[in-house]
Amino acid sequence: MNAQPPEAADRTLCARLDRVSRLFGAFAALRQVSVDFARGRCYVLVGENGAGKSTLLRILAGLLRPSAGAARVFGALDPQAERARIGYMSHAPMLYDELTAEENLLYFASLYPGRACLTPSEALRQVGLDPDLKRILGQYSQGMRQRASLARVLLPVPELLLLDEPFSNMDQESARQMVAMLANFRHSDRTIVLTTHQRELAAPIADWVLTLHAGRVASFEPGKAAR
Amino acid sequence: MTRALWTHLANNLRIEWRSREAVNSMLFFALLVVVLFSLAFDPEGAFARQIAGGVLCVATLFASVSALNQAWAREIRHQVLDAQRMAPAPAAEMFLAKALANFLFVSIVQLLLAPVFLVFYNLRVEGDGWLLLLVLPLGTWALVANGTFFAALSIRSRNRELLLPLILFPIFIPALLAMVLAATSILTGESDPALWIKLLVGYDIIFTTLSLVLFDVVLNAE
Repeated sequence: MNAQPPEAADRTLCARLDRVSRLFGAFAALRQVSVDFARGRCYVLVGENGAGKSTLLRILAGLLRPSAGAARVFGALDPQAERARIGYMSHAPMLYDELTAEENLLYFASLYPGRACLTPSEALRQVGLDPDLKRILGQYSQGMRQRASLARVLLPVPELLLLDEPFSNMDQESARQMVAMLANFRHSDRTIVLTTHQRELAAPIADWVLTLHAGRVASFEPGKAAR
Repeated sequence: MTRALWTHLANNLRIEWRSREAVNSMLFFALLVVVLFSLAFDPEGAFARQIAGGVLCVATLFASVSALNQAWAREIRHQVLDAQRMAPAPAAEMFLAKALANFLFVSIVQLLLAPVFLVFYNLRVEGDGWLLLLVLPLGTWALVANGTFFAALSIRSRNRELLLPLILFPIFIPALLAMVLAATSILTGESDPALWIKLLVGYDIIFTTLSLVLFDVVLNAE
């Protein structure tokens, strides 16, 4: 299925997958997926385990190359070339357990030379964490790690936010706070692509809901927040 | 030194300072090797000077492999490496910082090992002892630069702990020979170590350059 939201052509394109397939050995995680992602929109990817959601995000992040087809992000054929503008959050926290959240963020901020990053305190406050907390990350709860991970993603003020299961390990209230924060992010004309099994949580910010099934796009429907 | 290189280096040193995993594991392993060799050979006088260079280099090599195998473990554990790949800072600087940190860790172990070595092997240096301060760092750099690079190369392998020594040891042989022969020349005072020192310098330049150039490819290989 070639999934093109009707608005994508009218708005500036953020990313485009053109007949993208991704094989892991003999297993096809993605099969001929074509999707356009418009700027300033939130796309929610749903589907059962193994449907290809995480693979799609990793291809958009430039962490995986398509086996066939092309992935363009901000016009670049290699998303890695635009990686400073992309924020990617995985299942894992992608932070050092041995450092505090602030130390982690200071470290990652310095890896973005020439980019106006948030300060670690600003990023931590945005996700509802106390910047003065001096505990190392290894002593954080799963939910707190998830927030710290999101703070790392927000640090370089990315224009494309790729979030893999951002609400997992979070209680309902924390997840709602995160949704509210993402809604603000989306209003600043930045693009969000997130995967979730908790579709109802992401519903308030979803412009489009993309359902993947066995590596193919099964449906592409407008969400509740569609403008 | 660029900001990213300094940041990577400071980060590696801070984490090791908090855990002391690499230095502790290397130190105990190297101590064991040195003590076991001294018990096995009961070295005295000229014989001690003949074998001491080799024992020191082999102890350093074996001890370093245990730490080098874990060189990227923290980056793999929670996909920190992916976050680093997403950052625009040059990958070569991440490699260089990791190699420099490993170099410092191995050097600390060698420094702590030195008095033990002198006692167990009853060593008296016959040549220019100060040259050891050149030979050991040159040989150590050859080991950690290659070890850090090949540890990164093998991180996606299921048998990475076996793979690293299998790749590293054969490639390190020229540097190991030069290091051992230079150290033995200095300890015995019987020959000039200049040729071996030059070989070590050449080896370091070639392999460090190759590692810096190829690291980005290794990091992003699938």
